[in-house]
Amino acid sequence: MISNPILKAGALLLIFTAISIFFVALTQDTTKEKIKYNEDQLLIKRLAELVSGYDNKILEDKFSKEIELHGLQQKIGIYPAKQQGKTFAYLIEHTYPNGYNGGIRLLTGFDVKRQLLGVRVITHKETPGLGDKIETRKADWIKQFSGLSLSNPHQNNWKVKRDGGVFDSFTGATITPRAIVSAAYQVLVYFTEHEIN
Amino acid sequence: MGDYIKIVKNGLWANNQALVALLGLCPLLAVTNNIVNAIGLGLATTFVLVASNVTVSIFRNHISKEVRIPIFVLLIASFVTIVELLMQSYFYDLYLILGIFVPLIVTNCAILGRAEAYASKNTWDKSALDGLMMGIGFSLVLILLGGMRELIGSGTLFDQSSLILGSFGDTLSITVFENYQGTLLAILPPGAFIGLGLIVALKNLLDLKAAKTSESIPLDGSIKTIALNNS
Repeated sequence: MISNPILKAGALLLIFTAISIFFVALTQDTTKEKIKYNEDQLLIKRLAELVSGYDNKILEDKFSKEIELHGLQQKIGIYPAKQQGKTFAYLIEHTYPNGYNGGIRLLTGFDVKRQLLGVRVITHKETPGLGDKIETRKADWIKQFSGLSLSNPHQNNWKVKRDGGVFDSFTGATITPRAIVSAAYQVLVYFTEHEIN
Repeated sequence: MGDYIKIVKNGLWANNQALVALLGLCPLLAVTNNIVNAIGLGLATTFVLVASNVTVSIFRNHISKEVRIPIFVLLIASFVTIVELLMQSYFYDLYLILGIFVPLIVTNCAILGRAEAYASKNTWDKSALDGLMMGIGFSLVLILLGGMRELIGSGTLFDQSSLILGSFGDTLSITVFENYQGTLLAILPPGAFIGLGLIVALKNLLDLKAAKTSESIPLDGSIKTIALNNS
């Protein structure tokens, strides 16, 4: 037996660390694929809410781009939806930094004519009970963007009603709807002025 | 047998980690805005409590005094990581909501507290029961507080139960008040503090009543001071 108490304590810590690492690594290894599968399924579900009829492997065809959007240098993810090799729509994963409570991660889809397929929230930190009505499981508010474009409504009216635009805001929250409206608008403007590829 | 009954009583009531020891407040206050979140975090906490208590008690004679705290923390952190990974693979929807709070279980002092105060001095079977009862006691408070806040805050009960129970859960969801506008205070953190305060007060009131009825009132009518915190 080791007689030096410091060495003994060290050995003990070593043994327990090794055992713990073994079990954590084992769990990580066995759950890895299932977790990846879950993450992909969630993304596919979100994508499918906005676009249908594509026949490509949309997750594998994803590409990233470093651009300045919403006044923020960010890396956006672009999912092209293709039919028989021809792209007919794009889904953009981007972050709008000025929510009520920090950044909102969004998925914005539009077709090649820059007509919106819709907007969905991926993650947000808006106030529960007020700002979270941007989630589809709480309200249908965010579904209204489908079919809109830079000319419908007129560019000057891409604002919430309180700011003189056409979009409703919901009771008790103005900043959150304002953020979504402006995020969708800015994505359309950016990809009208810039090439997507 | 008496020992085991005492463990059950301590865990559920007399030394309830949330109401008496007031431990684990961070996750307690953060996730109790509805019942489903409360059940999810309660189950995860209970699992970690039982696992850490059993492990600590099995190795209690081999862990030297000087390094026991780092070893306890190491064990607890490992169990929490394992729970997080399992949740991510089998209850992914729930994980999306509770995800950021699961690592906080490590910082729940109730778990380290039970390892140090109980499991390091008792046999594994008693420690397992202690962990289970402390976990259930903690979960019950989470669920009660979650129910209160969900009912007052959004006018529903068991909303989104399907996250835990699958499609069966949808039948459980009750909308108590139709067209309820919601009470924001109950959903926000202050509502959690007020709710917890009310539950602690209620428990103390019940204890006080129980103590009064069990003690025969002295002839001279003087009232004895009653200790509320029987640890």
